[in-house]
Amino acid sequence: MNRDRVNKFLSKVPTHFVVIFTLLVWIVPTFGLLITSLRPVQDINSTGWWTVFSPTPVNTSYATYCASCHGADGKALPNADLTDPNVMSKYSRSLQLLALLKKDINGQPHMGSTPLPSPQEAADIVSYLKQPAGTSAAPRFTTSNYVDALVGYRGTRTYAQDCAEGKQSPDLSCTARDFLNPRGMGRAFINSLLVTIPATILPILFAAFAGYAFAWLHFKGRYALFAILVGLQVVPLQMTLIPVSRFYAQVGLNGTFLGVWLFHTGFGLPYAIYLMRNFLGSLPSDLFEAAYLDGASHWTVFRQLVIPLAMPAIASLGIFQFLWVWNDLLVALVFLGGTTPVMTYQISNMVTSHGAGWQLLTAAAFLSMLLPMVVFFAFQRYFVRGMLAGAVKG
Amino acid sequence: MATQNVPKIMKQGALAPWLYLLPALIVMSFFIVYPMINTIGLSFGNKNGTAPAETTCAAGEPCWGRFENYRHALTDGIDFHSFWTFWVTFWGTSFGNNLKWIILMTAGTVGIGLAFAVLADRVKYEALAKAVIFMPMAISFVGAGIIWKFVYDYGTTQVQIGLLNSIVTSLGGQPISWMSTPGINTIALIVVGVWIWTGFCMTILSAALKSVPDEIMEAARVDGASEWAAFWRIMVPIIMPTILVVITTMVINVLKLFDIVYVMTGGNYGTDVIANRMYTEMYKNFNVGRGTAVAVILVVVIIPFIYFNIKRFIAQEETR
Repeated sequence: MNRDRVNKFLSKVPTHFVVIFTLLVWIVPTFGLLITSLRPVQDINSTGWWTVFSPTPVNTSYATYCASCHGADGKALPNADLTDPNVMSKYSRSLQLLALLKKDINGQPHMGSTPLPSPQEAADIVSYLKQPAGTSAAPRFTTSNYVDALVGYRGTRTYAQDCAEGKQSPDLSCTARDFLNPRGMGRAFINSLLVTIPATILPILFAAFAGYAFAWLHFKGRYALFAILVGLQVVPLQMTLIPVSRFYAQVGLNGTFLGVWLFHTGFGLPYAIYLMRNFLGSLPSDLFEAAYLDGASHWTVFRQLVIPLAMPAIASLGIFQFLWVWNDLLVALVFLGGTTPVMTYQISNMVTSHGAGWQLLTAAAFLSMLLPMVVFFAFQRYFVRGMLAGAVKG
Repeated sequence: MATQNVPKIMKQGALAPWLYLLPALIVMSFFIVYPMINTIGLSFGNKNGTAPAETTCAAGEPCWGRFENYRHALTDGIDFHSFWTFWVTFWGTSFGNNLKWIILMTAGTVGIGLAFAVLADRVKYEALAKAVIFMPMAISFVGAGIIWKFVYDYGTTQVQIGLLNSIVTSLGGQPISWMSTPGINTIALIVVGVWIWTGFCMTILSAALKSVPDEIMEAARVDGASEWAAFWRIMVPIIMPTILVVITTMVINVLKLFDIVYVMTGGNYGTDVIANRMYTEMYKNFNVGRGTAVAVILVVVIIPFIYFNIKRFIAQEETR
């Protein structure tokens, strides 16, 4: 009995190994992004994100010459705190430091019996003490990247520092209003919501109408029309982009929310109708017959029977379309561009035009992923169900 | 869609069905059907659609007359001197790259997806494991592009903050510029695509695997078949229709793929793909004729899949 269980466990070891290895490959890149977005900018560019899990790196020169008296953290002597910037600013060059070390303190040699560091080692110590994360307990994590990304800060330091010194760029006021700065991710978040919510509701509403007709109403050409619809599901968006953007330019719909809503509705519909019709068609026909015998009109049946019963399909479609529109770049790029930037546009613009630093890119990317992740983990069931119902979407 | 399941009493009013269809039909004809026809027309014109394409031909250069934009789309960047030059240059064009994408990404997503679906079925933390693999489907290609751009980061100094180059250097190798080395960069981008889409394939294949009756697999094991043989000889043939659907869906997705390339390399360093090329022709070079010709070629490639989809739909309806 026992041996069976051991054998069973052993036979599964390779399986566990492969599964867990694959999971790590899938998680680690995203995890690295999250960690990086929370690190101070100097740290991001000088060490890999995985180093946050190792203890504070100890500088060998500092450990050899200074740590015995000043302590590993530089704070052991209260009247000579090496983490105090006012103290250390006087010794920002190795020659200054060496001069200090040669002097006596209270009649005793500074270094006691320890030999003086070489100029090379002294330079090493100076640069080590300059690092904010060096001796001091400088924070390893910060939220300033997120603030900077939200307000659209583009300087070389941080938004908070610039504001503290009154050196902010002209389009920032250092008040809560900055979160609506058109260059920032805060405004882009609102724009993304304004694009996504109507572009999710409209196609579902129209698809419910059409799905009802395809499933329960009789008309000529029903089958042929639906077959065409199935074909339309895989038409690439690129095929229609140019005529529509030319038309929008003529009627002034370029850069408007209405233009994007309508375009997403058009491309969301074939799949939405397909799913809706298949779902409604699987409902028992007695239900509808009974309602009609009671004298209900089509409209009453649609409002009071179809919509409540179709809720599972509506939930699936809603999540699908929401994620699709929220994550879309191409349509936003063509029809909205920089006038009302959405999150995906803002991030791609940071990469392609500004060469923004990792501290901003990682924070911005994570901000854009926040809402989809919440939606995904909360409604995973509906998402998967919608995908299984018809695995093709333009 | 059999008409017989419509109750008789509901067959009243010839207008009502069309009222329900009207909003959807208007939006779809305006945003899909009409623009498609318009795109075909524009692809035979010049850069702003004011004159036929043949007027853009230069004297002494090859010219395909009205199909000039298609000549440019299909032959630009390809050296026809010999088969060898053709072969080498073809793989650097957007079509060659798309072919690499189709082969490697479809094989990667379907292969890993199927393997993971089978393995995850045997562990207790299956739901969690599948959620992790599926998670990239919820985030944008742009977000995924940033995640992986950071993994691929190439530092010119000693310190490598990109995970991949850090691993390479700690193993004693030289850091590699993953995004700008031709040959490697397209593969690196395809890895991102695989990372995103494997969850999709896994979910659908996993559902198919679970519908295979346990008795069949048990019977095979009793007959002495190894797990490996049972998988290939029994499981795979049963779920073959689903595998084919997943493959065709993936091929269509790959053909339309735009965001990853746009964000990570912008189509530079020989990583261009059809969808990004269309964007470049239209919105960077402002050439309507060339941009639409690329779009038409894209749809021509997809037509067989449209046919396949409709055929599958008809077959499904007959068995309803």
